[in-house]
Amino acid sequence: MELTERHVEGLKELLYKMADDLLILGHRNSEWTGLGPVLEEDIAFSSMAQDKLGQSLALYELLHELGENIPDIVAFTRNDNQFHNCHLVEMPIGEYDFSLARHFFFDHADAIRFAMLENSSFEGISMVSRKFRGEIKYHTMHADVWMKQLSHGTEESKARMQSAINAAFPLALGIFEEGEYEAELKEAGIFEGEAALKNQWLEKVNNELKKHGYTLPDADDVTPALGGRKGFHTEHLQPLLNEMSEVFQIDPGADW
Amino acid sequence: MIIKSLDPRITRAGIDDESKDGTQQPLDQWHTYEVFQQKKRGTHHVHVGSLHAPDAELAILFAKEQYARRGQCVNLWVVKTADVFATEYEDEDIFATTPEKKYREPEVYKVMDRIQAFKAKQNS
Repeated sequence: MELTERHVEGLKELLYKMADDLLILGHRNSEWTGLGPVLEEDIAFSSMAQDKLGQSLALYELLHELGENIPDIVAFTRNDNQFHNCHLVEMPIGEYDFSLARHFFFDHADAIRFAMLENSSFEGISMVSRKFRGEIKYHTMHADVWMKQLSHGTEESKARMQSAINAAFPLALGIFEEGEYEAELKEAGIFEGEAALKNQWLEKVNNELKKHGYTLPDADDVTPALGGRKGFHTEHLQPLLNEMSEVFQIDPGADW
Repeated sequence: MIIKSLDPRITRAGIDDESKDGTQQPLDQWHTYEVFQQKKRGTHHVHVGSLHAPDAELAILFAKEQYARRGQCVNLWVVKTADVFATEYEDEDIFATTPEKKYREPEVYKVMDRIQAFKAKQNS
């Protein structure tokens, strides 16, 4: 079908929130580099953080094809109110339990979202989704294995993971904050929408957590952290952006 | 004293430079695993190195990022280092004469001239 202006706006909104989530979480997770709990895990976690930056770049490139500025400018010159990421990804890394719970919730949502987009009528996103399928599969494997391992580590490991799950869950629900163009995206076969994604995700994370004896809080009992998609952020995002763009700002015209 | 570093993450962490955190306790000591990588289906798995992990499941997970992040790979094996049985280097002399036994390798059989002669006869 012929795409109207509203379809294209919806597509951009979708790409921006996905790319911003991946950029910000990629940056956050890279803060563990050199500080991870053990060398092997440090390497794996840093590697996945790099993967996320790569995925965000691919999405910013799609946006560039749709007329947005080049990826470096988009990534390094916006202020927090111009970012569309959810609050979950901008929160500080905290202790490793929180970072793992966030990794688990985010990457399962990401895996389902990309899987849905493999069938998108927008060819650019369906190609990118297929390309990253294996990469994202490893990310969810990694998250699942740690959830499992820490569930039968010690009493402390299990209790800490459960409280990290409780803390990250309301933030994770913010991933699915609906945009202005849900109907248009669905109608054009671009994306089935946040509500459909959220349902699949709830089922997936609930099953996975239950297997290991954790409890997922009831989504109706918590207040989702909303606002991120519309540019309203916590006080944690701007300092992250300042640090992330520090080198770029020294010489914005530098040729890398 | 709190450690001040050029790396803002280190400074933020507020690490006491007198701290005894980070000294290893027995519980921190994971096993080592040996990692074998297969580059193509049907080829041999080749030993590529070792790593620390608490069990095989995590060893596989770590091996993927440590040894198969770049280049081609279709399969990984991990084996607990303790499960590998090896010869002793002091017994290295058991291999001393093997490089001399070239006659055990088919490529040095001195039959090529007879094969050539047989082929020539067939073609004539």
